[in-house]
Amino acid sequence: MTAVETSRRISVEVNGVTYERDVEARRLLIHFIRDDVDLTGSHIGCDTGNCGACSVILDGKLVKSCMLLAVQADGASIRTVEGLAEGGELSPLQQAFHTHHALQCGFCTPGMLISATALLERSPQPTDEEIRKGLQGNICRCTGYWNIIKAVKAASGQEVVE
Amino acid sequence: MSETAIHPDRVEIEAPAEQWKGQSVPRKEDGRLLQGQGVFVDDIKRHNMGFAHFVRSPYAHAVVKSVDVSTALAVPGVFGALTGDEVATLTDPFFQLATPPGNEIKDYALAVGRVRFEGDPVAVVVAESRELARDAAELVEVDYEPLAPISDARRALDSDAPVLHPDAGTNLVWESTYEWGSWEDAVSEADRIVKIPELHFDRFNSTPLECDGALVEYNQGTGQWTIYCNNQFPGFAAIMMGPAIRCGLDKLRFVTQDIGGGFGNKITSHPQLVAICLLARKLNRAIQWTEWRTEFHMTMSHGNERWFSETEVAVSNDGTLLGFRTKALDDAGAFTRYEPLGGVIWAQVTPGMYRWKNIRLDFTQVVTNKAPCSPNRGYSRMQHLWFTERVIDIVAGELELDPVEVRKRNYIRADEMPYTTPNGCVYDSGDYAGMLDVALGLIADDTIAARRAEAAATGRLLGIGIGSTLDSGTNNFGQSRLINPELQFSGNNEVATVKLDIFGEIVVTLGTTPQGQGHETVTSQVVADILGVDPDSVNVRVGHDSYWNSHAGFSGTYASQFAVTGLSAVKGAADNLARDIRALAAGVLGADSPDDILLEDGFAKRADNPEAALPFFAVGAIVNANNAVLSPEGREITLNQRYVYVPPFELPDIEKKYGNLTLTYATQVHVAVVEVDPETGSYEVVEYAAVDDCGTRINPQIVEGQVMGALAHGLGAATHETFTYDAEGNLLTPNFYDYHVPHAMDVPPLRTGAIESPSPFTPLGTKGMGEGGGAAIHAVCAALQDALKPLGKPIVRDSCNPPFRVFELIRDPAASREGLAVVDA
Repeated sequence: MTAVETSRRISVEVNGVTYERDVEARRLLIHFIRDDVDLTGSHIGCDTGNCGACSVILDGKLVKSCMLLAVQADGASIRTVEGLAEGGELSPLQQAFHTHHALQCGFCTPGMLISATALLERSPQPTDEEIRKGLQGNICRCTGYWNIIKAVKAASGQEVVE
Repeated sequence: MSETAIHPDRVEIEAPAEQWKGQSVPRKEDGRLLQGQGVFVDDIKRHNMGFAHFVRSPYAHAVVKSVDVSTALAVPGVFGALTGDEVATLTDPFFQLATPPGNEIKDYALAVGRVRFEGDPVAVVVAESRELARDAAELVEVDYEPLAPISDARRALDSDAPVLHPDAGTNLVWESTYEWGSWEDAVSEADRIVKIPELHFDRFNSTPLECDGALVEYNQGTGQWTIYCNNQFPGFAAIMMGPAIRCGLDKLRFVTQDIGGGFGNKITSHPQLVAICLLARKLNRAIQWTEWRTEFHMTMSHGNERWFSETEVAVSNDGTLLGFRTKALDDAGAFTRYEPLGGVIWAQVTPGMYRWKNIRLDFTQVVTNKAPCSPNRGYSRMQHLWFTERVIDIVAGELELDPVEVRKRNYIRADEMPYTTPNGCVYDSGDYAGMLDVALGLIADDTIAARRAEAAATGRLLGIGIGSTLDSGTNNFGQSRLINPELQFSGNNEVATVKLDIFGEIVVTLGTTPQGQGHETVTSQVVADILGVDPDSVNVRVGHDSYWNSHAGFSGTYASQFAVTGLSAVKGAADNLARDIRALAAGVLGADSPDDILLEDGFAKRADNPEAALPFFAVGAIVNANNAVLSPEGREITLNQRYVYVPPFELPDIEKKYGNLTLTYATQVHVAVVEVDPETGSYEVVEYAAVDDCGTRINPQIVEGQVMGALAHGLGAATHETFTYDAEGNLLTPNFYDYHVPHAMDVPPLRTGAIESPSPFTPLGTKGMGEGGGAAIHAVCAALQDALKPLGKPIVRDSCNPPFRVFELIRDPAASREGLAVVDA
C-alpha cells in the first residue's frame, strides 16, 4: 500500500525557495508544508477548514492549506509565516502584534498574520469592520481578537487609541 | 460600531513605580511565535518515527466482544498496534480520587471490555505516515454489542438506568452535604423565600486551538520514557501514569515547549500518553501522536455540566440575603479523570461575593455516557458563581429590586477584608462595590434608560446585566480530603532556579508549563528588579523539562496561580542569588558587609564607593572557574539557587468541611448590554465593560490579555458553545462547524478597567487571575433576562442561550417560570 502509482513529483516555491518532492496524491498541502518542506510555522487547528491556523498565500491568494491537496500547488508560489520577516527584522505587522499583545499562545498567530497580510495588501487602510471581516476565517482562543484588530489597524499606519 | 469602541479604556488607580514590575514590558516569547519559530508538539520529529492513530468507538455504550488488528497489521508500512487487552495486561487502572463507589471505576488507557462514550478508544495503530495510520485504523475490526446509553445525568440514578461501571454497581460517583450556618436561622430571620426549581449549567470547554499530542521516545537501556507533549500539569500526569505503567516517576521525563492553549483542558491527557508510551516501548521506535479536532471534541476534558434544583433563597424585604439551599447534580461524563474534585473546588467560592451566612448544598456527581469531564477555565467555581449570580438576579427580579442595589447591599465590603467565608475561606482583599461603580461608569449606565427607549423605538429590546465573580487561585490541595479523607495531598508548591553562569549570564528555570501567559516576560521583570539588570539580561529557559530539577509535585500551569506560586519561587531564588552575589562581592571589594553592596546595571558595587564594582561577568567567572582565589567562606557560594515556594496553608477540618481552600481571590465585575430581536430571539452584545482586580499587576498588558481571553470564552459559552448529545449519546457538536466559537465578527465593543488591591498573603501582592470567573456568562444571562422582562418576565435557566433558546423564552415565558415562587417565610 505504499502506492507509488498514486504519488507524483511536484515543484513548489515556498518563500522564494523551490522545493521538489514526491508526494502522495492525497497529501494535504499543509502536511506538505509542515512535514515535507519542514516549515512548521503554519499550524493545524481543526479538521474542517474552520480555524485558519494553516492559512498561506498561494499565488497571491489567501488559502487554507488544509483545504488543498499538495498536488494542486504544483508550480505555485507560496508565502508562509516564515517568509514575513526580512533579514530577521519583523515586518510592521509582526511588530504591531508584538506591541499590542495580539498573541498569547501563538498557535493561531501564523495564520492570523498571513490573513492580515493578505487583507492589508488588498486594502491598505482597512476600517475596523473590514479587519473583522478579513480575519473571520481565523479562530483565536486566547485573545478575544480585540488586540489583534488593534494591531492590524496600527500596522496599516492608522491611529489606534490605547 | 464606532472606530474607537474596540480600544479598551483603562482606569488606572496607581501609576507604575520606577521598576520593571508594573510595566507592560512587551513579551519575550513573541519573537519566535511571530516568525513561525515556536516549537509546538506536532513540530517535533524523529528519524523513522511512527504515527499513531486511535481507533474509537462509534457507540456511546457497548460491550467490546473482540478487537482484531490482524488486517491492519498486514498492511505494508504499518509498524504495529495496541489493544485494550494488552493495556489490561501491561498496566494497572489509573488511581481514583473518590471514595466508594466512585473509586471502583476502572479506567485504563484504552477501553477494556466495554466502551462508555462515543470516541472511547479501543485500539491504536502505528504506521509510517499519518495517512496510512488513519487508513489502517479503519481496518481494525471491532465487534461491539451495543448497550443502552444514559446521556441525561438527571436519569443516571434511576433504578432502570444502565450502569456504566459494573464494578461500581451504580452511576453515583460521589455525594456529600455541605452545610454552614443554619438554614433554619436564615428562614426565621427572612421575610420571603424565593424558590427556583431548576437552573442548568451547560457542558462546554474552551477548545484550545492546538489539540493534544506527544512524541514519545523509549530508552531501552535505562527504561526511561521521554515524553515531548503539551500536557499542562505534568506533576499530575506523572502520579497518574507512573503507578499505572508500573515505573518510578523519574522514568517519565516530561518536556514541553510552546503549548497552543490549555485552559485546563490539557491536564488529563494521561490515558493517551500511557498508550503512546506503551507503543514506544513495544515497537522500540519514536511514536508521534497528534489528536484530530474531532477527537478532541469527542473525548477530551469537557467542562462539568451541572444542575441546581429545588433552590430556596432566604431574603429580607430590603434585599438582604440571609441564606440559600440547593441540590447540585454534576455530570462527570464516563470517567473520573480529575473528578470528583469538582465536588469540592466550587466551595472555594461558596458565598460568591456576598455576605450570605447560612448555606446548604447537597452535591451529587454521576457518570453518564459522554466524554469525561476535567478542568476547564474557571473549573467548578464558574458553575457555582453562575448559580449565585443567577440567584441574585432572579431574587431581584421577583422582589422588584434593583440588581445593582441588591449586589451593593450584599457584597462583602472592602473594610471587611480579609473576610472569612462561612466555610473558612479567606478572601484576601478587594473592593467589589467600587469595581461595580467603575464598570457601570464604563458602560455609561446613566444613559441606559434612554438607550432602552431608543432600541424599543426600532422594535428591539435592550437589557443590561452584571456578572460579578471571583477567580480563586493557588489551591490548597488539602481540600481533596473533603472528597476522600485518605488522600495524602495538601498545600501547594512551585519551584524556580536562578543562577549566574560563568560569563555572568542570569539563567532562570521554571516548573511551570505556560500556554501563552507570558511567564518568560513576567519572570524577567521580577528577576530584573532584584538583581539590578534589565529584563533582556535575564534568560528564562523556554518551556518545562522535568530533568531540570526545577519542579515539584504541583508544578504546572493551571488553576490561576503563577503570579503567586511561580513568581514567589522566582523571587525566593533571585533573592538568594542576590545574597550570594553580595556576599562574594563584599569579600572581593573589601566591604564590611554584604549589605553594603548594591546590585545595579549588572554590577555589584560598594554603596559607599560605586567605583569599586565587580561586573556579574567577574562574579560568575570567580565562582565557576577561578575558585582557588576564594576564601573558605567564599567557596560556600554556589550562585545557583533553587527555591521552593510553599504557601501558608493548613489542613481543612474534614468533619466541618471548613478551612482556607485557596490563597487569593482575584475579582471580576463585568457588565453586558444586549439587544434582542423579539421576533426571532437573535441578539447581539452591543457593549461590554470588564473591570478586574488581581492585586499587584506585574505586567498590566498581559493581565488585560488574560481578562480579554477569559471573557471571550465566557461570551462563547453564553451564546453558542455546548457539547450537545442526542439520546443515543452521539455528540452533535464534534467540530468547529457545529461548535461555534467566537470569531472576530462576534466580539462586542469592549472597555476594560482595573483596580489593584494587593493581596496581603503573597510575597509580591499578586493574585492568580488567568481563569476569570466566567463573568461574561453571568452578565449575558442577566442582560437577556433584563431585556426580555417586558415579555412576561421569563427566567433564564440555562447558562448557554443561543437564539433558539431565547426564542423559546419569548414564545413561552410561563414555561421558564414554572415552579418559581416567592412565599412568606
